[in-house]
Amino acid sequence: MLLYILKRILYVAPVALGVSVVCFMLVHLAPGDPLTAIMPVDATAEQQAEMRIVYGFDKPLPVQFGLWIGKVVTGDLGKSIATGRPVLDEVARAVKNSLILACAATLIGFALGSFFGFVAGYFRNSPLDRLASAISVLGVSVPHYWLGMVMVIIFSAQLNWLPPTGAGPGGSADWRPDLEHLRYIILPAITMSVIPMGIIARTVRALVADILSQEFVQALRAKGLGEWGVFKHVVTNAAPTALAVMGLQLGYLLGGSILIETVFAWPGAGFLLNAAIFQRDLPLLQGTILVLAMFFVSLNLIVDVAQTALDPRIQRA
Amino acid sequence: MDAIADSVVLEPAPTKPSRGYWGSVLQRLRRDPVAMVALGVILLIVLAAVFAPWIAPADPIKGSMIRRLKPVGFPGYPLGSDELGRDMLSRLLWGGRLSLFLGITPVILAFGIGSAIGIVAGYLGGWINTVTMRTIDVFFAFPSVLLAIALSGALGAGILNSIVSLTVVFVPQIARVAESVTTQIRTRDYVEAARISGASGFTIVRVHVLGNVLGPIFVYATSLISVSMILASGLSFLGLGVRPPEPEWGLMLNTLRTAIYNQPLVAALPGAMIFLTSISFNLFSDGLRSAMEVRQ
Repeated sequence: MLLYILKRILYVAPVALGVSVVCFMLVHLAPGDPLTAIMPVDATAEQQAEMRIVYGFDKPLPVQFGLWIGKVVTGDLGKSIATGRPVLDEVARAVKNSLILACAATLIGFALGSFFGFVAGYFRNSPLDRLASAISVLGVSVPHYWLGMVMVIIFSAQLNWLPPTGAGPGGSADWRPDLEHLRYIILPAITMSVIPMGIIARTVRALVADILSQEFVQALRAKGLGEWGVFKHVVTNAAPTALAVMGLQLGYLLGGSILIETVFAWPGAGFLLNAAIFQRDLPLLQGTILVLAMFFVSLNLIVDVAQTALDPRIQRA
Repeated sequence: MDAIADSVVLEPAPTKPSRGYWGSVLQRLRRDPVAMVALGVILLIVLAAVFAPWIAPADPIKGSMIRRLKPVGFPGYPLGSDELGRDMLSRLLWGGRLSLFLGITPVILAFGIGSAIGIVAGYLGGWINTVTMRTIDVFFAFPSVLLAIALSGALGAGILNSIVSLTVVFVPQIARVAESVTTQIRTRDYVEAARISGASGFTIVRVHVLGNVLGPIFVYATSLISVSMILASGLSFLGLGVRPPEPEWGLMLNTLRTAIYNQPLVAALPGAMIFLTSISFNLFSDGLRSAMEVRQ
């Protein structure tokens, strides 16, 4: 087991390096000089050359990458061009808000998805199964940014039950677990939960159907175990895979939150990324993406290791 | 013995030619009502987009300042008008052109590039495979929405850049499927037999690998169209794709966000079109997948 974890970490190292190369290159993908976005239009050639030296853009790319990555591992992601504040502070604050929203959405999606998946898997080819399957197809096909708009139209504009945007009263930028802030998270969390719900429902349905068709279930029934007892066995067998899918979905939601966060003006990483893109704040863009991608890589690692630890059937050495 | 043999009249073999694999897939698909309805909807949307210049009742770009944000069913505006007084029906019809183009093109490009990378890596194996697949793993370390937005954000807004970003997002996904199917096929006996009989690598790939590999990759690619439609319109929704005043569903949805209090139904229409297209592609792809799974 320990050997497996070590191997898995060793395997992640080159991926993490590759991810940082991609993030580094993003800035150089931008058309023209990375500086043109921030330099005044009337800057002289001399001033431009000076700035290039200040930012280190005059050095060859591999050297630039080495310098950059050296700073990154110490937690220095540079300074935001727009605000002048350290990128890490901005990203940390935004990621916290995103994480709260993504966790809430994942929990809702997992609860509903497991429920629909179990119902569909237990009563296969019944109308209930078809309903659950339809819900899961709807979940993965709906443009979530549109669903968010529709939710705002119904629950804010028409019924006036819930606030349409923001994370808290008075433009509060930090979500807190109190009743006022809770009202703000309901709409974005439900909107976001639709995707994991569909995917988890699909996974659980397939898992349950597969487990129920196995011989040990027949044996359990033959020795006189009640339906409730069989159900507990099904849950134990389905749990590791379902939890792994949930963990990965959390990562996808965190990285893919930009569209929903834009619709609801949720002050998270996606919202920050959107601002960085339109202000051409390249260090902020680079830093946000690096943090989100690294988070996703670590989450993958944790899910994989946890699944191996939880599921005695998986033998990895 | 001879008497019996003589008395047996051999029936002529059935003249109906065997339908073959693709024929039977087509037949199974035709019996799937959900897939057929989905295909019908897709064809309708595509035809409406193709013939938009002839069937759209009004100009999709020219607006009327005094007829802004009219409701659905307003005289002269069957589906209402947008925030600049442009006819929504015409814009939705025209918008299908760009939305479908932006959604489908990256998948077609990625199908070509990703299949080539995956098949070559899978067929050659060895260190080439390792290097290719580990490089592809790096792209899997990004959630696809994040990667698409990051690339578009760095490259800047525009139709071409949004196609490039989405293609980059889908190439690794298709390459991974292509590689895994090719690796399975490569070790089959008939490929080994072809190699022993002296067939060149190119011939083996062309005759034995491509025929068996393209089917599964194609099904996977069709399932990506739904995601691609949502992402492409999402990029335009963020302002990273199509630029105004060009009609495109995602961009229309964005510019109509301010109208959700006055004309909620009109504001929601472009998104409903994205949803309808995406779900139709999803259902059709599901039908195609089950039609292609031959279980004996």
